[in-house]
Amino acid sequence: MTATAQSDSHPRGKPRAGDPPHRTRSRRRWVGVGFIAPFLAVFTLVFLAPIVYSIYLSLFRERLIGGNSFVGFDNYVDVLNDDQFWTSLARVALFLAVQVPIMLGIALAVALAIDSRRLYAANLFRITVFLPYAVPAVVATLMWGFMYGSRFGLVGSINENLGLSLPNPLSPDLVLLSIGNIVTWEFVGYNMLIFYSALRVIPLSLYEAAEIDGAGQWRIISAIKLPAIRGALVVATIFSIIGSFQLFNEPSVMQSLAPNAIGTYFTPNMYAYSLSFSGQQYNYSAAVAIVMGIVTMIIAYVVQLRGLRRESAA
Amino acid sequence: MRNSRRSVPLTLVAGVVLLYSLLPLVWLVINATKSQPGLFRSFGLWFDRDFALFDNISDTLRYDDGIFVRWLLNTLMYVVAGAGGATLLAVMGGYALAKFDFPGKRAVFAVVIGAVAVPGTALAVPTFLMFSEMGLTNTPWAVIIPSLISPFGLYLMWTFAEQAIPDELIEAARVDGAGEFRTFFRICLPVLAPGIVTVLLFTTVATWNNYFLPLIMLKNPDWYPLTLGLNAWNQQAGTAGGEAVFNLVITASLLTILPLIAAFLCLQRYWQSGLTAGSVKE
Repeated sequence: MTATAQSDSHPRGKPRAGDPPHRTRSRRRWVGVGFIAPFLAVFTLVFLAPIVYSIYLSLFRERLIGGNSFVGFDNYVDVLNDDQFWTSLARVALFLAVQVPIMLGIALAVALAIDSRRLYAANLFRITVFLPYAVPAVVATLMWGFMYGSRFGLVGSINENLGLSLPNPLSPDLVLLSIGNIVTWEFVGYNMLIFYSALRVIPLSLYEAAEIDGAGQWRIISAIKLPAIRGALVVATIFSIIGSFQLFNEPSVMQSLAPNAIGTYFTPNMYAYSLSFSGQQYNYSAAVAIVMGIVTMIIAYVVQLRGLRRESAA
Repeated sequence: MRNSRRSVPLTLVAGVVLLYSLLPLVWLVINATKSQPGLFRSFGLWFDRDFALFDNISDTLRYDDGIFVRWLLNTLMYVVAGAGGATLLAVMGGYALAKFDFPGKRAVFAVVIGAVAVPGTALAVPTFLMFSEMGLTNTPWAVIIPSLISPFGLYLMWTFAEQAIPDELIEAARVDGAGEFRTFFRICLPVLAPGIVTVLLFTTVATWNNYFLPLIMLKNPDWYPLTLGLNAWNQQAGTAGGEAVFNLVITASLLTILPLIAAFLCLQRYWQSGLTAGSVKE
């Protein structure tokens, strides 16, 4: 490091946060604060303050007599004994266990296919598969919801014209699967792009060395490509877990198309929403939301730890 | 260079995913050309005998005193103020994290990244109550202010600025006597342009597609963005005495997604290179 400091020219690469401060930097450290202050101010208002307020709310309870009073962890005890909460949590956990692996699997397969340079019109694939990301969840749900529908949807058309009787995707048994399909459709391309971007930065020399060693495509994938993009895989998994636990938009929009199949506590987020905005139970709703936040963070953390441990083992 | 033997079977297999991605969009385009009776009598993936696309578009724009146009303008306002503001804050913040040392820098980064994991509802209810007390609910501010924060944008700009701006560049500007803000706006911003376009594109998508936040904050349809308006039109069919306007919901959906799809197609060079830059860090 002293060598770099003497020859004033920093290597072009990337100076890291841990580098020794540049001579002039310390004098101007407050300038950096000035540049990030606007972000931090708004961040405090819309992230930190609501979190603190949420915790505060969850410790109180509105009573008919005596008004707002401190109840400690009573709301949390109630949440943990709330069947509706557990039902909704179990539903998103099932969703997570099935939908996320399928979505990430397809995304990874497409990314590897494009990266292999064996596809015709690879650029067309990359752009088209990504396009659904630009479609709002509301529109995606309406499109698929109409297609699922029996009246003028695709399922109805197929049944009518081909004399089949496909099961109704909007029935209570199948609606979670149908929502899983919508979410998969929306985010396959986004995850594909994350994986593909990570694959692109693998040095070509690694492949050349592997080919000299006579390694086949599958061997290159398992020995070079997958280990190299482990970081991207972990990040995509964590974001998908967070997304699954927060499932709201798709079932909420779908509710008007499948009123019998989707109730007010279909997902924990919908439960917290209806508690607040239909039931005015702000305190209890805050407790539900915080429990979900904690569950999400624990699972995201475990995934991260496992991802990192495998990294250090490799 | 690696030898590249193109493979027909692999292309066909990947083609299945391609068709899957296109199917709902094709369905939407075809069905936007149908009148309401046409929707019910024709096959889902083919045209009806009446071609009603232009009638549908004009009906969509005129229905309910042209409320769709109002929603479109609202959405544009939320995007310009929300996504534009979010990008500006992310660019300045990312520049600060990449190029300056200041007390608490690591803590800032840890807190911002940790905040990404907090569920939307955990924030939604207290934010709603806070904004309600400040008198901001049911105004555009309630949608714009929370949109101003993009942790992903901050992260992307941080990694991008680290790679794109050599310290010498800032050094040289300082030697020439340029002030800090002048250095940032005149010298660093142009270098950051590809990253800025990427962040702008992603924050635009986030704001354009926003549903949950306006759903909570807005009661007055005059302030609705397109997403809420579309949902309201769709729900109308299910309410007593409500008029079913499925052809308008479908046409309006098409009109809602066209601008973003066009933006992504035109700016693909940016989002593709921008994301690659972001992934180097991992």
